[in-house]
Amino acid sequence: MNQTPYKLVIGLEVHVQLSTRTKLFCGCPTAFGASPNTQTCPVCLGHPGALPVMNEQAIALAIRTGLALNCEIASVTKWDRKSYFYPDLPKGYQISQFDQPICGPGYLDFADPENEGETLRVRLIRAHLEEDAGKSMHDEGAGKADSQIDLNRTGTPLLEIVSEPDLNSPEAAKAYLIELRLLLTYLGVSDCNMQEGSLRADANVNLHIAQGDTTVATPIVEVKNLNSFRAVERALTYESQRQYSQWQKDGRDITQAPKQTRGWDDAAGVTVAQREKEESSDYRYFPDPDLVPLHIEPRQLEAARQALGDLPAALRERLRYAGLKEYDANVIVSQGRSMVDYFEQAVASGAPAKRVSSWIQQDVMRTLNEQEISIEEFSISALQLAELLQAIEKGDIDNSRGKDVFQYCLQHPEADLDSAKAALGIEAVDQGELEALCRELLAENPKIVAQVKEGNVKGLGALIGAARKKNPNADPKQVRELCHQLILADA
Amino acid sequence: MAACCRKLSIMNIEEQSAVDLGRRIASGEVSSREVTQHYLDRIAEREPAVAAFTNLADDAVTTAEQADQQIASGQLRSPLAGVPVSIKDLLCTASLPTTCGSRMLREFHAPYTATAVQKLLDAGLVVVGKTNMDEFAMGGSTETGDGGATHNPWDRQRTAGGSSGGAAAALAAGMVPLSIGSDTGGSVRQPAAFCGVCGLKPTYGRISRYGLVAFASSLDQIGTLAHYVEDLAASLQIMAGHDPRDSTSLPDPTTEYLAHLDQPVQGLKVGVIREHIDNPGLDADIRDGVIRAQQALQELGAEIVEVHLPHTSHAVPTYYVIAPSEASGNLSRYDGVHYGFRQLGDSGAAAPLDAMISRSRSQGFGPEVKRRIMLGTFALSAGYYDAYYKKALQVRRLIAQDYGAAFEQVDLLLGPVTPTPAFGLGEKLDDPVQMYLQDLYTVGANLAGIPALSLPAGFNEQGLPLAIQLQGPALGEARLLSVAYQLQQQHFFEPRIAECS
Amino acid sequence: MPITSSQVRKVAQLARLELTEDEVQLVSDQLASIVTFVDQLGEVATDGVEPMAHPLDIHTVVRPDTEVPGLSREQALSNSPNHNDECFLVPPVMAR
Repeated sequence: MNQTPYKLVIGLEVHVQLSTRTKLFCGCPTAFGASPNTQTCPVCLGHPGALPVMNEQAIALAIRTGLALNCEIASVTKWDRKSYFYPDLPKGYQISQFDQPICGPGYLDFADPENEGETLRVRLIRAHLEEDAGKSMHDEGAGKADSQIDLNRTGTPLLEIVSEPDLNSPEAAKAYLIELRLLLTYLGVSDCNMQEGSLRADANVNLHIAQGDTTVATPIVEVKNLNSFRAVERALTYESQRQYSQWQKDGRDITQAPKQTRGWDDAAGVTVAQREKEESSDYRYFPDPDLVPLHIEPRQLEAARQALGDLPAALRERLRYAGLKEYDANVIVSQGRSMVDYFEQAVASGAPAKRVSSWIQQDVMRTLNEQEISIEEFSISALQLAELLQAIEKGDIDNSRGKDVFQYCLQHPEADLDSAKAALGIEAVDQGELEALCRELLAENPKIVAQVKEGNVKGLGALIGAARKKNPNADPKQVRELCHQLILADA
Repeated sequence: MAACCRKLSIMNIEEQSAVDLGRRIASGEVSSREVTQHYLDRIAEREPAVAAFTNLADDAVTTAEQADQQIASGQLRSPLAGVPVSIKDLLCTASLPTTCGSRMLREFHAPYTATAVQKLLDAGLVVVGKTNMDEFAMGGSTETGDGGATHNPWDRQRTAGGSSGGAAAALAAGMVPLSIGSDTGGSVRQPAAFCGVCGLKPTYGRISRYGLVAFASSLDQIGTLAHYVEDLAASLQIMAGHDPRDSTSLPDPTTEYLAHLDQPVQGLKVGVIREHIDNPGLDADIRDGVIRAQQALQELGAEIVEVHLPHTSHAVPTYYVIAPSEASGNLSRYDGVHYGFRQLGDSGAAAPLDAMISRSRSQGFGPEVKRRIMLGTFALSAGYYDAYYKKALQVRRLIAQDYGAAFEQVDLLLGPVTPTPAFGLGEKLDDPVQMYLQDLYTVGANLAGIPALSLPAGFNEQGLPLAIQLQGPALGEARLLSVAYQLQQQHFFEPRIAECS
Repeated sequence: MPITSSQVRKVAQLARLELTEDEVQLVSDQLASIVTFVDQLGEVATDGVEPMAHPLDIHTVVRPDTEVPGLSREQALSNSPNHNDECFLVPPVMAR
């Protein structure tokens, strides 16, 4: 637990851009990075007379996400207009969902970052669909030049996932977001690219300060512009300290100050109060008469449930059941579904789970990073890796020669285990050969022999290096053991 | 004094129904070019006195010639191919500006054409111009728009009604055979009644609203005005049907409305709405028109019964909460940013952007539009939503249930369209509530989403047109049209064109 | 129901309409008369009546997630009161 004199209380609102081909209410593409104002039509420009029509895929993705987040899915949901004026909101209202969101209460469990082996649960209030606004580009200087408006993003489907204030540390908030992003990635509902704004978080933060028998709550602050996991952690750390010192200064509690909005300035490392509009809270929600309600049938839900596939939590369980530690299971699951498949194929082919896990985390992932490729593009198949690791397990190849084989296979994608061994000159060393090699080594290193006789076995390591120079196929473990035995027998 | 009027004779193009014109054009008896030129001449002659149009299509003759070619080559077979039509300036057209009668959109060129208009174009109709209206369709007198007042061709000192006043006046003055309008609370039926022409507001969702600039989305519906009931049927047949671009357009199949015009009236039950007739504010001549319609329907074999719509007196207040509420949202898009009127403001301490938005809206909208935006914003704002907006939605259901109960007893409802004939220009501008009460008989159909038709019922002693209203259950257009058609065939009223002298 | 000047100013601010002091008074009076008129709805018993936001009983109208050609940038910007080669231009968002 933290040592601060207060409890930090955080709720997150996460906006997820759903990976549909087209916008929520029109057929314009949603691709990121297009030249400004080249992906619009009368509907998303908010032209007079144009009308919205729901994108069925956005609804399917919202249902899929809601199911994975253990949410109640509404049997009837509807659309509402949220009115406010802003130049990147061309209709003067956003089509959103007010009192009947598509996804009702749910929750997400994730590993407690501060207590190994413990799980935290964030309760979710709701998740609703809405259309994104466009982009305003303001004059960074004196604010005298006109602002530029690009409406390419206008109308892109967003799912806003709103949590209860169940998070009590910046680390927990970050861990929740990381788990949420992993889940969304598994579901294939979003690319979750934070740089491109596909995943955006706002945090509602305040402190509960113990005052004798009672607790004082500080005014709630909504922190916006959290564009990376690191920003979430830093902003929340900063904001909790700021609120505490503010409270020490003015003593104002939640009943004495309205909710405030502050933006995170990543470069300066501070949160900055944002302009409040006096009427900003009066959004005059009302049912959008241009759209009809949406009914979700039980069989549609059941089909979506069947199609969910294995989710990270279940896969972690499965990997632990296969013999991995929690940490290792998490690393592999975090690499995505294809890595889990790769792992499981290798294990299914007979390679021991721990060895597969270790090779994936070291050799495989390093190679993927170096080559900047994904596991799907990796040239060594799970079966090949399994064959190699089985050979090591049986002692046919030692671990170090195994790495040579791995490197050889990377450079020669067509090679199999036998051809790699042949090319590298790897062959079994028989017992007679090995004993002759060891005796030769002992004869050449009388100092080490003497040390070992006196009980100092460190020198044996140097013998291994020398042995491998004479015969690279000599198994270091066997060399060490045999040398030791020969010295002791001689004593 | 009203202009003197002239009974139609078969010799003139303008005495033909649009369907007749289409038939003659198709047979080669007359060309679309000749017909179109005739109406353009009439517009040139009468438009200065009537002011029915906001913009005229200068390519109408060329379009007509193209239609003639396509008809000759057999590519166009629609019953109205080659027939001229005017479009209310609330429907988007890629070829002509779409001003909505507002300074806000004076320069606005829609980048697309409304689905209903596109269907007319595809059927070979020739658009001759866009007609005048109350700004953003908010009004009942076509005098609040950016283009000024439209004059009633029967009496230039009187309003043509609204908001589709230009559409009705253009017909009454013989400047077009067919006009497309829109009806949110009576905006097709009331001007039709004031100008002595027929007007149909179909079932909500029967015609796509895509490209109809929204006033109140859950009430708006495109409709037709014409001299002849068969023209309402023919144009509905072209425009009706599901549109994948409009979520609120009905998926139900359409009917061959023209083919059903002769279905028997014999045995139908027609309900006379007691609350509508008993209203002491109802003009005696109009009440007499309703009674004459009862008799005519009885002669056609219908049975007349009395029905009640108990929430009638609450229809107008319900409408004047719901429509402005929706409008306040729909008109938020006019902020001077992406299109339309922009006026920079004195920002002072405020941001230049906010000053621009407020100044543009304040100067771009007229008084009635601003009044309704204020009213709707108020009804939706924190603390008032339940008492006004939600309450109105609840009463709306009761009103719809009244209609539902009535249509369990009868096939159609009969009553007046308006409490009075056309009133004077400027007469009600300073008294919004009096203006709103004009909508007493028409808003119910919009709130319930049912079809309703305004039918001429002769003239009063001052020479002002009188009218009756027929209402039917949802998707009951075929029945509504056939009964109106047979009334017309039975000489219940005679189409007339004003001299405008 | 009377409508106060401060209510009118607040609603005007929400609706982004500028009103002069004279207009505030006029609008207060007009709104008050309209609101008094619609206050008749209070007479109607509506307990348990489901609000009717829409006249139709249709639901779940969706479109497939397929691209439909939209507007060119020139078309998108063509009605704009001010724009450059790429974007709509608006006066600065922040106060000077």
